[in-house]
Amino acid sequence: MRRRRMAFYIMTVPAFLLFFAFHTFPALQGIYYSLTDWNGYRPTYHFIGLKNYWLLLNDEDVLHSYLFTFKYAIVATIIVNVLSLLIALGLNAKIPFRNFFRAVYFLPNILSILIVGFIFNYLFGQVIPELGQKWGISFLSSNILGNEKWAWVGIVIVGVWQSIAFNTILYLAGLQTIPDELYEAASLDGAGKWRQFRFITFPLIAPFFTINMVLAMKNNLNVFDHVIAMTGGGPGRATESIAVLIYQGGFTGGEFSYQSANAVIFLLVIVTLTFIQLKFLQKREMEM
Amino acid sequence: MKNRINWTATILIALGSLLILFPLYMAVVVALKNPVEMARSILSPPIHWHLENFTRAIAMTDFFQALANSAMITVIAVTFTLLTNSMVAYAIARNLNRRFFKFLYYYFISAMFIPFPLIMLPIVKETSALEMNHPLGLSLLYIVYGLSLNIFIYVGYIRSIPRELEEAAIMDGASTWSVFWKVIFPLLAPINATVGILTCLWTWNDFMLPLIVLNEPEMATLPLKQYIFQGQFSTDYNTAFASYLLALSPLVLIYLFAQRWIINGVTKGALK
Repeated sequence: MRRRRMAFYIMTVPAFLLFFAFHTFPALQGIYYSLTDWNGYRPTYHFIGLKNYWLLLNDEDVLHSYLFTFKYAIVATIIVNVLSLLIALGLNAKIPFRNFFRAVYFLPNILSILIVGFIFNYLFGQVIPELGQKWGISFLSSNILGNEKWAWVGIVIVGVWQSIAFNTILYLAGLQTIPDELYEAASLDGAGKWRQFRFITFPLIAPFFTINMVLAMKNNLNVFDHVIAMTGGGPGRATESIAVLIYQGGFTGGEFSYQSANAVIFLLVIVTLTFIQLKFLQKREMEM
Repeated sequence: MKNRINWTATILIALGSLLILFPLYMAVVVALKNPVEMARSILSPPIHWHLENFTRAIAMTDFFQALANSAMITVIAVTFTLLTNSMVAYAIARNLNRRFFKFLYYYFISAMFIPFPLIMLPIVKETSALEMNHPLGLSLLYIVYGLSLNIFIYVGYIRSIPRELEEAAIMDGASTWSVFWKVIFPLLAPINATVGILTCLWTWNDFMLPLIVLNEPEMATLPLKQYIFQGQFSTDYNTAFASYLLALSPLVLIYLFAQRWIINGVTKGALK
């Protein structure tokens, strides 16, 4: 028995130590640095308490990055979930070449977001403006990514294009757990398509809805590759996400401790948001 | 009624799939043309195939070196993720009634909520201090970071495996190790496929970790290489797109042959 127990410890303790060393320890370090004035390369630094946090609250760039990130995350999460649920319903319906379409819709998920971003960059910068000029449509004739007001929409489009695939697969998995008999019974009772969706499909895939919303929100809040590939945070700082700001300020702006404080705040925001989402959505699951 | 084809759904799905395929069509077309042909018409199919775009891209980005780096990182990460993460999950799943293992379970899972930017800056210091800023060190990070999600996927699955299967082996005097490797690990095949596919997609396409951890151009992975050379491509779209296609092609080729299997693998993970 003792040897049995020993084996279980040998199986887990190294993994625990490695995870602590490469994940938890850097996270704690990040929290510690956030209380100092270290710029990341100077040999000495001082403990300055919560000063970084105080400065953060009054920093317009930081505030701006939060606004952009939230705008992006909320809009992208809603669009992705609506579209991927619709696509999953379509792919679950009786259609010819179902496997072919399934394969097509999953394709974006295997592509690198960075490279997809480069491809869309060309689409927004060259193809659409040229077509816009040719057809005489003025709002298409300029690069949306160069427009301070609308660049974020371009990033949403790429984000949605790429991440719909994964959410669709999750919804499709959910739809396949619903037995056909339920629909047959409902249509015998005279329930139309909408009522079937409202009272059978949607309640039964509620757990998948929860998971999709939480995952999509968390991924979208961390948006990084898309921005780096398409705008680098510009024009101006219009599309600078929190992750991009922390990376750029922390590595090249000499704001190591300052951006660490920003990351700590970001952690608190994500954790709070996830809990609220889970609580809200799971309560909804049970009521349905 | 059951066997009637739903034409509304078919048309909408077909139209939607064009939106997926269009940017990819455009990428192929641009990669195969030259500037003269591009000026004539931006989206029409190429008249002559300018394959020299690809040879130029290969030379400029040192494609085969980057391919080798990406392949090595992915193969090592996937192999050791499957071998180690499943074992950790097994020990946790079979001891969830004991405090240490229960703690481990929640410890790994709750780490999923820590946003990467919080550890991004310190991990660079740590990996360079430990001289881990090379592809092998990067693979180790993927194996370790994967624990968070993988423990969640594996534990759910392992708990659905009846204990009786192991008890027979234990009665025969098998050690915990041989129970795991001979009884449990083979039974994990379907979920190993899920974890393997997700790990492969993640490590192959990841940009952020290679960006901050690797510091020599010859160590760069395929996505990182595209980023490094972005400046040099700035006006030469044809070479740039040839290079993008080359970087995307290995996974796309695998996907073409194994797509049904890959989609099923991902779905299985979702259902658990």
